[in-house]
Amino acid sequence: MLDADSISKPMFVPPSEATTLPLFDRVHEWIVTVDHKKLGLMYLGYGILFLVIGGLEATVMRIQLAIPHNHFVSPQAFNELFTMHGTTMVFLVGMPLLFGFANYMVPLMIGARDMAFPRLNAWSFWMSALGGIILYFSFIGGNGLYGAGGAPDVGWFAYAPLTARAFSPGHSTDYWAIGLLVSGFGSIGTALNIVTTVLCMRCPGMTLGRMPLFVWLNMVMSAMVLIVISPLTAAQIMLLIDRYLGGHFFDTQAGGSAVIWMHFFWIFGHPEVYVLIIPGFAIASEIIPVFSRKPIFGYAIMVAATLSIGFLSLGVWAHHMFTIGMTSYSNAFFTATTMAVGVPTGIKIFNWLGTMWGGKIRFSIPMMFCVAFLFQFLIAGLTGIMLSAAPFDWQLGNSYFVVAHFHYVLIGGLVFTIFAALYYWFPKISGRMYNETLGKWHFWLFLIGFHLTFDFMHIPGVLGMPRRIYTYEAGRGWEIWNLIISVGVIFQIAGVLCWVVNFLWSYFKGKPAGDDPWDAWTLEWSTSSPPPDYNFAMIPVVRSRRPLWDLKHPEDPDWKYE
Amino acid sequence: MKLNLTTGFWLVGLQTVLVTGAVKASTAASPADPAVPSIFSPSSTPAYSIYHLSLFVLAVTGFIFVVVFSLLAYAVIKFRLRAEDDGREPAQIYGSNQVELAWTVIPVLIVVVLFLAAARVIHAIEDAKFPPGTTEITAIGHQFWWEYQYPGQGFVTANELHVPVSDREHPTPTHITLLSADTNHSFWVPQLAGKTDLIPNRVNSMWIDPHETGVFVGQCAQYCGTQHAKMLLRVIVESREDFDKWLANEKQPAATLDSVRQGRHIFETTACVNCHTVAGTNAKGKFGPDLTHLMSRETIASGATANTQENLRLWIKDPDAIKPGSLMPAMQMSDQEIDAVTGYLLTLH
Repeated sequence: MLDADSISKPMFVPPSEATTLPLFDRVHEWIVTVDHKKLGLMYLGYGILFLVIGGLEATVMRIQLAIPHNHFVSPQAFNELFTMHGTTMVFLVGMPLLFGFANYMVPLMIGARDMAFPRLNAWSFWMSALGGIILYFSFIGGNGLYGAGGAPDVGWFAYAPLTARAFSPGHSTDYWAIGLLVSGFGSIGTALNIVTTVLCMRCPGMTLGRMPLFVWLNMVMSAMVLIVISPLTAAQIMLLIDRYLGGHFFDTQAGGSAVIWMHFFWIFGHPEVYVLIIPGFAIASEIIPVFSRKPIFGYAIMVAATLSIGFLSLGVWAHHMFTIGMTSYSNAFFTATTMAVGVPTGIKIFNWLGTMWGGKIRFSIPMMFCVAFLFQFLIAGLTGIMLSAAPFDWQLGNSYFVVAHFHYVLIGGLVFTIFAALYYWFPKISGRMYNETLGKWHFWLFLIGFHLTFDFMHIPGVLGMPRRIYTYEAGRGWEIWNLIISVGVIFQIAGVLCWVVNFLWSYFKGKPAGDDPWDAWTLEWSTSSPPPDYNFAMIPVVRSRRPLWDLKHPEDPDWKYE
Repeated sequence: MKLNLTTGFWLVGLQTVLVTGAVKASTAASPADPAVPSIFSPSSTPAYSIYHLSLFVLAVTGFIFVVVFSLLAYAVIKFRLRAEDDGREPAQIYGSNQVELAWTVIPVLIVVVLFLAAARVIHAIEDAKFPPGTTEITAIGHQFWWEYQYPGQGFVTANELHVPVSDREHPTPTHITLLSADTNHSFWVPQLAGKTDLIPNRVNSMWIDPHETGVFVGQCAQYCGTQHAKMLLRVIVESREDFDKWLANEKQPAATLDSVRQGRHIFETTACVNCHTVAGTNAKGKFGPDLTHLMSRETIASGATANTQENLRLWIKDPDAIKPGSLMPAMQMSDQEIDAVTGYLLTLH
């Protein structure tokens, strides 16, 4: 009964006859949906919308910084821009996009028909959406009825006591705190849902050891979200108590502690970086094997490395606080833990290398993005090692070197894998194939833009340029680098435009993709493209990590070796 | 596709060479141009220790980079799908415990070495003992300027920090206690030391022992509000004689010339005195920089602009023209009054 044959033919059921509903009904259907695929797509759409907004904010900042003493925006506006850019990219772009992929793909990959809690899923999405709307409402509502608006200007890290009412009058900081509080509820809901789904909804035969790495890594990510969003939520509530109920947690003028806020924020904030990058790893761990035509190298080690990254990342937060005057013992401790995270991360890179080694690498667009990810993540990891040495961080911390480092992680690492995933699953989600030529234009333009901007961004940091400054002095050796950094943005925008045009055009006019265009091995490719509402007509039964490989190679199935 | 790949490697390789070259070039250029506050042109023991550590870390990470980059590049080129491919799947390899062990143990060893190197420098800088003759200074961060107190000397100054040069053989370091009056700030003069934050309700400290005289620049490195960008730092390292001379001058009360009596009167009878101190007069405000020896400074507004008559006048008339968001209000004086006050300030040597 539990053999590979049972997942063959009966799984495909043609989608029910297409009927075109009136526009209102179609919109209504999306708003009230509890379907994991629709919610996943809404997460993706929401993330992409804010990706564009956050990108535009960055563009304005780069125009301002292209030359010294520029007057493109006021200091106040610049401070609002970097606050909103950071907050947007982490909470309204990174998390929604990754939750979007997890929502769409996890049930498909484990042979389930939906998430464990479909209604919680819808609730979580709408809470996240509400959080984003509250945050952006600050642009028009920040100062309430008093006239001009004001977005938060306290930085995405919102260090106390800048958030105290003495330094942040009006409501802009409240929009920040409440927006994140609300979207945090959404994140917790979805994380709970993913963990439960993975633990309880797997199809027959899919033991934990047979789950695709994408599922494993998203489960680890979700478990981390459950742990790390809570201190952030607690801190937001304490901040609101300070601001409105006379509390003094962080109010230094009344004896509160600025440092306590830092601890609360970074015990969330650093694991959050891994919350963002682990799904990136998850994507690479699916795409690299398929396009190298080999199974992932060292599956068990990859799972173990992910678990140890998750565990270690909970003990590294104070490397964001090397400059606050901790004792030499604390600094040494956090240097050690931070460097230690480099080991499992390095192991991951080596395993991807091992996966490609001896393979037959097909350079389709998803793989191109993944290969670029490997090189870039290598560099990001190594600059991370530099920053982990506390004394080196005393120089480089809060400089443009750090900005370059984490954009290397989040763009060179995460955004590249997100693009890879979008191209990889576009045929599955839309049923159509994207345009290869436009995809290549996107890749190369974005790659050039990325390197122009973020390679050269390391240099002004080394030359003493701190971050979060709206302008800078001439004659400090920073001008040329800042100009190059800003020029890179043009290429990135051009690349992203190619992508938008490509996907819009392909969605309507692209060639039909078929169910399994990549000759892949995980369960989502066994159902139709796009998958029917119920995902699988018959719940599949699996015997190995690559059920479709078993199906395609009955003479040499995986389950003989695992 | 082949063409694309090759281009890609050239591109990435070129970038690497460019970045490395550029950092080297700017490092080489730095000593000649003290205005470039590069971390690779140190002039004080803490900055030197970090510099040496950073060279070691760069060498190790550079080695890792070359090895892994080459392996990745080799794999991507060697194992790409060829045009003449036979269409068969490659050998399915699931992993290898020996290889996994190797690439676990080697990174662990590297991490241990890096950690020991870093810990040594952490200890050397943070747990340093200070010889007698150490100059004690208290720096207080304000939105958006620096207050410097010289305890034991009985005076306060602002924005331009004077410290004595230190002999390499017989160091006479300067120990700086760091406090904040409002939000978080960070003291960062890259050529002298790494940065240390100034945090309200917390006493931090750092030390420097500059080996050569001259002006070293830096700026606030922790976001502190609207004008974080123009909270600049200038450290003037002087020979012991010059430093003593400067100390002696700073200890004097302010000059009181009869020629600027009118300006002085206006200054002392308007809101100026609520925020500024001029020693020896009724101006005893603490919110703004001490102006007793204003004209001994090369810059105003925490380094935002040069300390000239024109700029002083503009600063009194409309501070936002120089530093929008600064907490100094426009004083709403008539042009004659501004001229008179500027004239008075110009005598505060």
